[in-house]
Amino acid sequence: MFSKLSYRTQRRIIIVSFLIIPLALLGTFSFLPVANMFWYSFTDWNGFSEKEFLGLENYKTVFTDPEYFRVFTVSLYYFVGTFVQMGLALYFATILSFKVRFKNFFKGVIFFPYLLNGVAIGFMFLLFFQPDGGLDTVFKLLGMGDMTTHWLGNPDVINISLAGTSIWRYMGFNFIIFLGAISSIPGDIYEAAEIDGANRWHQFRYIILPSIKIIVSLNLILAISGALSAFEIPYIMTGGSNGSATFVIQTVDTAFKYGKIGLASAMAVILLIIVIIVTAVQRKFFSEEE
Amino acid sequence: MRAKSLAGITIKYVSLILGVVAAILPILIVFFAAFKTGTEYTTTGPLTPPEDWTNFENFKRAFTEGNMLTGFKNTVIILLVSIFGTTIIGSMVAFVLNRFKFKGSKLILGAFLLATLIPGVTTQVATFQIVNFLGLFNTIWAAVILYLGTDIIAIYIFLQFMNSISVSLDESAMLDGASYFTIYRKIILPLLTPAIVTVIIVKGINVYNDFYTPYLYMPKTELHVISTALFKFKGPYGSEWEVICAGIMLAIIPTFIAFTSLQKYIYNGLTSGSVK
Repeated sequence: MFSKLSYRTQRRIIIVSFLIIPLALLGTFSFLPVANMFWYSFTDWNGFSEKEFLGLENYKTVFTDPEYFRVFTVSLYYFVGTFVQMGLALYFATILSFKVRFKNFFKGVIFFPYLLNGVAIGFMFLLFFQPDGGLDTVFKLLGMGDMTTHWLGNPDVINISLAGTSIWRYMGFNFIIFLGAISSIPGDIYEAAEIDGANRWHQFRYIILPSIKIIVSLNLILAISGALSAFEIPYIMTGGSNGSATFVIQTVDTAFKYGKIGLASAMAVILLIIVIIVTAVQRKFFSEEE
Repeated sequence: MRAKSLAGITIKYVSLILGVVAAILPILIVFFAAFKTGTEYTTTGPLTPPEDWTNFENFKRAFTEGNMLTGFKNTVIILLVSIFGTTIIGSMVAFVLNRFKFKGSKLILGAFLLATLIPGVTTQVATFQIVNFLGLFNTIWAAVILYLGTDIIAIYIFLQFMNSISVSLDESAMLDGASYFTIYRKIILPLLTPAIVTVIIVKGINVYNDFYTPYLYMPKTELHVISTALFKFKGPYGSEWEVICAGIMLAIIPTFIAFTSLQKYIYNGLTSGSVK
């Protein structure tokens, strides 16, 4: 329909018309919120009032009031969980990249939880952790009935249960990414190594690990920002009660339950800065590797 | 040597079976409970299969009383609109940024890539005010526009794929007098099909499973999606776990069907959709 126009005019029309809506969306929903968030974080805004400038007051509250700062310790559980998750994913990806019977079945089942709806997973594990629920039954079958506890009632255990649920949910994703990375290693390298007398451990240590090092570290750092912004699983399962509130749950509650938009913005800005630092470190690491 | 490899094989299969049990057991318990009657649920253990596999009462209740029907309807609408929109927007941006070098094109590319660094959940505090200001709060457009506006990964996937589509195709079409729009519509878009499949899969998983966007922006009952409809079960059915379990199964079944029929595409989609 534009073919009568010169290519120069067409070019100008197409650049403007193809970019205007995407750029408007990008500005309105990605950059404007960040800019506003910085601005709100210096005020006492509650969503309706006039915004009064407070300076760094909100930031001081977050860092000094233990009620707000304590939640960072909850992130540590998810942080540790990340390493368990990566270890399991790497283990299963490695053994499934060698000859295994029913390979596709194992691959499918180990990966499947990642596809499930977060609310469905949350409810599933609420049931699983109930007294006399699935987990208790398994413990009793194994003769470890004394070790059961209120998995979501005991404040010492609740975050481990929730981080465990999170591992269950996300491990399959790392697994499938690692499996893809390992499968791109040419097969004859293993054969050559075998002739040289390398066993499976050697093959993992000296062939597989070096070739997928970048993707492992990338996933690890992505998972760390994920651990810091853990939200869905604990929010759906406990609503943050019993000492299970994560930083994002605290932020969402501060904003939408208590109407302290200014304070919540300061919290969100802090999280954003941490995540950006983590990502920047990753990018640097990543580009140096190459 | 022989004994050692036998031990190795045993460890391998035992660990795989443990992995499978860990993945399946929580789902299996829910599956069993969904077919149990109220009394049966309280009197039998979680690992006991239901007596009557044809007891669909819980499913019926979850579907009708639990608002799951509305949830499915809204989820499907949002899925279709946002997948369609993302494909159009993502391919347009990728086409222009990949094929034309102009003043500011680097800057625009940088802006899109920078946005991938912003974790969505952190900025909700401020995004909420914008959605509210635009009058989109409690409308289905809130979810649609947020999925279109804040999902940059599709642009990324299309941009990567555009590199593999040779410019000589554009040039020969231009010799035939095709306009740039025709090139985009008739040459580029069809060739992007594999990337579109990837986008559909990545987007589909994210949208179907997303909880906080509909939860924050569409609390109205008529606008519930699968996630939020299911989340509502917590209060009224708190003591009727067999109904909640039926609800969970209803949310899982579409995922299961999609997975078993599209397995290969899902694996490939996720592997190529992840930031390399």
